[in-house]
Amino acid sequence: MSGVLVFSEREAVRLELLSGGREIASSRRPSLAVALLGPGDEAESCFAHGAEVAYVADDPILEGQQTDVCAQALAQIVRQAEVDLVLIGSTRRGRTLAPRLAQRLGAGSVTGALGLAIREGQVVAQRYSLGGNTVREVAITSPTAVVAVEAGTFEAARVDAKVDGAVVRVPIALTPSRARVIQHRKKQVGAANIEEAERVVCVGRGVEKREDLQIIEALVKALDGQLAGTRPLAYEYGWIPENRMIGISGKAVRPQLYVAVGLSGQIQHSASIRGSRIILAVNKDKNAPIFAMADYGIVGDLYDVVPRLTQALQQAY
Amino acid sequence: MHIAVCMKQVVDLEHIRIRPDTREPVLDGLPVKFGDFDKNALEAAVRIKEADQTSKVTVVAGGSGKLRDTVKEALAMGADEAVLLIDPAFEGADSGGSARLLAAAIEKLGDVDLVLLGEGSADEYSGEMPARLAELLGMPQVTYVRELEIIQGGGIRATQDLEDELEVIEADLPAVVGVTSELNEPRLPPLTAILKAAKKPVQQWTAGDLGVTADVVGAAAAKAVTLSNRAPEQTRKGLVYEDPAQGIVEVVKALRREGVLQS
Repeated sequence: MSGVLVFSEREAVRLELLSGGREIASSRRPSLAVALLGPGDEAESCFAHGAEVAYVADDPILEGQQTDVCAQALAQIVRQAEVDLVLIGSTRRGRTLAPRLAQRLGAGSVTGALGLAIREGQVVAQRYSLGGNTVREVAITSPTAVVAVEAGTFEAARVDAKVDGAVVRVPIALTPSRARVIQHRKKQVGAANIEEAERVVCVGRGVEKREDLQIIEALVKALDGQLAGTRPLAYEYGWIPENRMIGISGKAVRPQLYVAVGLSGQIQHSASIRGSRIILAVNKDKNAPIFAMADYGIVGDLYDVVPRLTQALQQAY
Repeated sequence: MHIAVCMKQVVDLEHIRIRPDTREPVLDGLPVKFGDFDKNALEAAVRIKEADQTSKVTVVAGGSGKLRDTVKEALAMGADEAVLLIDPAFEGADSGGSARLLAAAIEKLGDVDLVLLGEGSADEYSGEMPARLAELLGMPQVTYVRELEIIQGGGIRATQDLEDELEVIEADLPAVVGVTSELNEPRLPPLTAILKAAKKPVQQWTAGDLGVTADVVGAAAAKAVTLSNRAPEQTRKGLVYEDPAQGIVEVVKALRREGVLQS
């Protein structure tokens, strides 16, 4: 292993990956570098998290962050930096960029990685498989490995001794994309960071009406937690902001306490909550799969159980 | 416009059993079907065809065994014809190998303007295929598309759904598009359509037909090699209370004991 290169368009994920890169490769002393597409203003925070080199590629063609041109730029940086492991944040952009880059490099890749290690000189990643029923362990055998890592897999940590990082400006030659961003808009969803919450309450189809979410919100408040929902609630009904959707196509969470209310726990959902320390489920169907993966369960109608649970929790403090 | 829809036959995930001794999944004899996202991609293609009758929809399907049966549903939903990629040489392919295979099939079709796929397959959900395929074919790609329209005079306009933002992207054709389930509600074909589907042309292409060999697309070419695939160990307590009154009391006590409530 000679070098690790990190890329993510999101700062928080970028810093996590730098810490992860340091962790997995600590005994082998590979170089740790970051790729920045744009002016490179983020280099200092990367150095504070252990990056030794920031490779900066700045070109107006990169502005729309089209994956095909980003892949071209990163491929050129990978060749110049001579790295053998590229870590990309497994956001939707990253899940698209990683395979495009891998294909360009003729490399093996894994997306949605939940764990990563170097074993006998080989990159080994874990990811969910078979709809979340299993965890697949995959070894990447190509000279360069590309892994898109889920947010929260590593914890961002500043280095003790400040790294005297170098900014290397990479001359790149890009073919413009045949796709153009013509409009860019933020979703009207409000800030939410359910991935970092200590306590998360997730609701499913068991809630019958939008107004009934009040019952759940009272529980969220009593727990000082965050509200989340399954895919139908976020996308089909639009009752929960989309950035609060938990599931294999949404976010994965690993809070201290995860409370599942009125959701059955289909495998696509349960894969995304496995990292939770304690799982509590409330469901009226005692055969709901969620109970099979819960630490605590209460069989009952959420309209009856949740208000009483909320009250009991309020009294518990 | 010629639209190719790539579809993958997968085992029905709801029926997977885990062997308690080895924690390995039991996949033999399970029912198979196309993934839900794949059907969103097909539905999008069929709607484009309904708006422009000169269009043609070809399903390019991967899988084994019962694929010839499975593909009937796609034909009944409105695809004009299907190409099945079946060959023992394809087994053990990684995402790079599968992309090569699909790229070879699309190149053999020759005149494809738009390649549609689901955002991820039902089983692995790696989401790698649209991007790898686009890179191989030298096309632009838009992934996680929740709105899609054809622009008069050529090209597509697609709304890409990123976690906290939406991007409207225009791309020249040919292009590769990966779609989300928000794009549409796939139709359930009526019985008459299922009967008619039996008469639609289905071809089977092997490695030889595509001019590829096992060392390019099969297990020998794989650069991502599975070491193991097992259910994670279940270490949950599993204390389920069927009496809510007792459950609430016990659960609140337990949560406090576990130290997971706010301090």
